[in-house]
Amino acid sequence: MSTTETTAVPTGTWALDPVHSTIGFAVSYMAGTFTGGFSQFDAVLADGVFKGSAKVASVQVKDPDLATHLQSPDFFDAERYPELAFASSAIERTGNRIRIDGEITIKGGTEAVEIIGEITDPIADPYGGERFGLALAAVIRRDEFGVSWNNPLPSGEPALSNDVTLIAELQLVKQT
Amino acid sequence: MRVLGISGSLRRGSFNTALLLHTAALFEAAGAEFAIYEGLRDLPAYDEDFDVKGAAGAVARIRAAVREVDAVLFATPEYNASIPGVLKNAVDWLSRPSLAESALRGKPVAVVGASIGVFGAVWAQADLRKVLAAAGARVVEGEVALGRAMDRFDGDGRLNDSSVADEVREVVDELLAEVEPDDPGALAA
Repeated sequence: MSTTETTAVPTGTWALDPVHSTIGFAVSYMAGTFTGGFSQFDAVLADGVFKGSAKVASVQVKDPDLATHLQSPDFFDAERYPELAFASSAIERTGNRIRIDGEITIKGGTEAVEIIGEITDPIADPYGGERFGLALAAVIRRDEFGVSWNNPLPSGEPALSNDVTLIAELQLVKQT
Repeated sequence: MRVLGISGSLRRGSFNTALLLHTAALFEAAGAEFAIYEGLRDLPAYDEDFDVKGAAGAVARIRAAVREVDAVLFATPEYNASIPGVLKNAVDWLSRPSLAESALRGKPVAVVGASIGVFGAVWAQADLRKVLAAAGARVVEGEVALGRAMDRFDGDGRLNDSSVADEVREVVDELLAEVEPDDPGALAA
């Protein structure tokens, strides 16, 4: 039996539902994975181009000193580079799988990035709107953006991994 | 623009203080005011019990002195392969009671160092850079490792080594550039 897979991304303009969306990061630190997020961010899919941004100052971790340290020049340097940004150059969909190629800007540096994940077909929501979901992940190397803080473990190995996984769970609502 | 010098050595004939004194003319030539902080020896050992009551006296003075300037130049000797306790204690006071309130938060800083050994306090400088960055400062990369300090100053305490003088000038320029970046676009948005 053959099935026909959807290969199109939704057309038109779709804006972020910020309440029901999250973005964050996961990075190997010492013996486990440390995660954090950003509370202020935006995303839009318009005419086949996906764009997103996040305010560095809205970084969410459990310790206020750590949140401040993450905003300092040791990490994101929020004073000089207040936003993280992404813009797609190509979107490919096969069934519910999606791949988004584009460029991500962190701490003033822009690098190519490949995002992979899943997409849902648009559904009617209870508020009279139409929305679809994206669950996305990308791995970046933080030293490429000058986010190179580290501390050695007693073994001499670095405590904090250079590879960071960026994660987004997004709901986008059709704009009329 | 105002720049504060902080020497990690308290002794009267300190080579690190002499190194800071040498930079005064460089800052002044660039139109910046430069002063060396006096009063590090008055700081008590860091005590959070004292800090939470609202720091006064020597602690309030050094925090205000750092807040009021545009940049800080640290000169450190090296004790037991690291930062002198008196200087680390000062950074601890400056960085607390919380990182959000750190007097060093976002402050452009540079580190130089002098020692009578051949290595010029490079370990102390590396440790101090790490500590300052953790305290939220904007640490410039440049380094001056002035080894065999007893041979590098004349009888009047003036630097007599032109290659070291060039390195010092570079660090001063980097610190000034950090206060006023050439690319204002980097500061936009």
